Amino acid sequence: MRRLSAPLVISLLVLLLPLVVMCALGTGTVNISIVDIWQAIIGLFSSGSSSSSSNFSSSSQIHTILFDIRLPRILLALCLGVILAISGAVMQGLFRNPLADPSLIGVSGGASVGASIVIVMAGGWIQSGSALGLSAVAAGAFAGGFIATILVYRLATSEIGTSVTTMLLAGIAIGAIAGALNSLLSYFADNDMLRQISLWQMGNLSTANWSRVAMVAAVAALLVGLFPRDSRALNALLLGESEARHLGIDVQRVKRRLIVLTALGIGTSVAMAGMIGFVGLVVPHAIRLLIGPDHRWLLPGSALAGAILLIIADSLARVVVAPTELPTGILTALLGAPFFVALLIQRRREI
Amino acid sequence: MALMAENISLHISGFNLLRDVSMRVEPGTVTAIVGPNGAGKSSLLKVLTGEMIATTGQVSLNHQPLHTWALEQKAKMLAVLPQHTVLNFPFTADEVVALGRIPHQTGILKDELIVADALKAVDANYLQKRFYTQMSGGEKQRVQLARVLAQIWEPTQLGDQFLVLDEPTSAFDLSHQKLTLEIVRGLAEQGTGVVMVLHDLNLAARCADNLVVFDSGTISAQGSPEEVLTEALISQVFGVKSIIAKHPVTQKPLVIT
Repeated sequence: MRRLSAPLVISLLVLLLPLVVMCALGTGTVNISIVDIWQAIIGLFSSGSSSSSSNFSSSSQIHTILFDIRLPRILLALCLGVILAISGAVMQGLFRNPLADPSLIGVSGGASVGASIVIVMAGGWIQSGSALGLSAVAAGAFAGGFIATILVYRLATSEIGTSVTTMLLAGIAIGAIAGALNSLLSYFADNDMLRQISLWQMGNLSTANWSRVAMVAAVAALLVGLFPRDSRALNALLLGESEARHLGIDVQRVKRRLIVLTALGIGTSVAMAGMIGFVGLVVPHAIRLLIGPDHRWLLPGSALAGAILLIIADSLARVVVAPTELPTGILTALLGAPFFVALLIQRRREI
Repeated sequence: MALMAENISLHISGFNLLRDVSMRVEPGTVTAIVGPNGAGKSSLLKVLTGEMIATTGQVSLNHQPLHTWALEQKAKMLAVLPQHTVLNFPFTADEVVALGRIPHQTGILKDELIVADALKAVDANYLQKRFYTQMSGGEKQRVQLARVLAQIWEPTQLGDQFLVLDEPTSAFDLSHQKLTLEIVRGLAEQGTGVVMVLHDLNLAARCADNLVVFDSGTISAQGSPEEVLTEALISQVFGVKSIIAKHPVTQKPLVIT
């Protein structure tokens, strides 16, 4: 198993991210050239001059497509990618299991039940596709995710601390209950609701707008700011909890902090875009295979790669069946899984 | 100053794992704990290192109750090597040893030197860039030993330092067993207090200043190996008939069964 230099990989990802954003801005039902994108960006900073341009109507159209439609969606993908991947990396470290993912603490299952309940209970109200309806689904998802996480955490916590193994099992149990509730709700839902529920479970970024971007960006910034402070604690935790304690880590506090932040991140992400699988599992795992398990590099590397993967997946979702679009969640799995398999095959002999 | 247990008992779900145990580990000495399987040796280490809180009695580190030390300060004085450490992530050996420097703020450059020295001390410098997940059991155990050595590599202002080892030699071949005992003696000469659980009575007799014989949750005998190791005690505690001889070179007691 050959490792790549972590600073090198991270610098490459840092360079790649703006490039991917630019390409994503240009791709869509209407293709916009790099030159037009540049002109539009320059036009943003010298607002007066664009009116003097001869083809005013087309440039203002481009402006609308770029800054009101595509950019918020790309930024939403970027922030969600960061949240999903960095939370995945943290959960894998906390559970000492490279196959853990954020759904293990029950947050995804709970969120999807929360959303389904709102869709089914307030069916007619949401069919109008109003912003209010969508926000109600998001709020339901967020509440469901948080309730499930608290349940799992409480089940696993006794007077001697929180058992990560019990949490894993409790997460599976809560996940099963959530799955059953979801099926139950789907069973009683009418055709329209059913379609909404299943669309929502496939994960979709088409509801992007600037206020959602602001909300998700705030959460992403919080996670990116706070998670790396526990990098060394996470490294120590890979040895085991008592070993970490003997290295001076306040394990219980670290655990609680990481779980609350993950629940916040995943809850927000599921509320905003539904269930987008695979990013939280595959990205940290792949980055770990490339640069090793040290969380001081793994967390930023995963955040960057998660953002890149989700932007690419979402751009493809917008164009592969243009003029309609695919749910993003399908694309993340379709893109992520083969990459993961390729990594496994390449490194099979060495693992 | 010392690492001290005063009249500690431990009751967990109806079992009396420890009954009225008192022991004192002085800096600069080696204490070996021996006893049959299930005697409570590991429970004793857990209470002694603060991983479990005694039901009654108190453990103190350098004249202060153990649990009142800030975790990071405690980590600078007390390093613990468990019997098994499960680590499934592909760290290299030097990354594992560097984890021992987490409680310290000495900077990367200095830590790198300490990590290299610690690996050399356990005869594992050739493992430096190898992946932990691909090592043999004995190599892993040596790397873990290097990690706890790195944790207390330099003296601290806070107080005397102690090293607790749970069966450190269980995975080692003869030469590395000997090396471990030399490391332990060397640490004691520099002022560290060492406590270790051992299964080999002769190994314990050879390197311990203080031998603690543990049976059914309590101390059967403690003192110098010469005082403690008697034929009567061994048959009482282990249920094995034996002859105590003298080692021809070291003059330490030699248990022959």
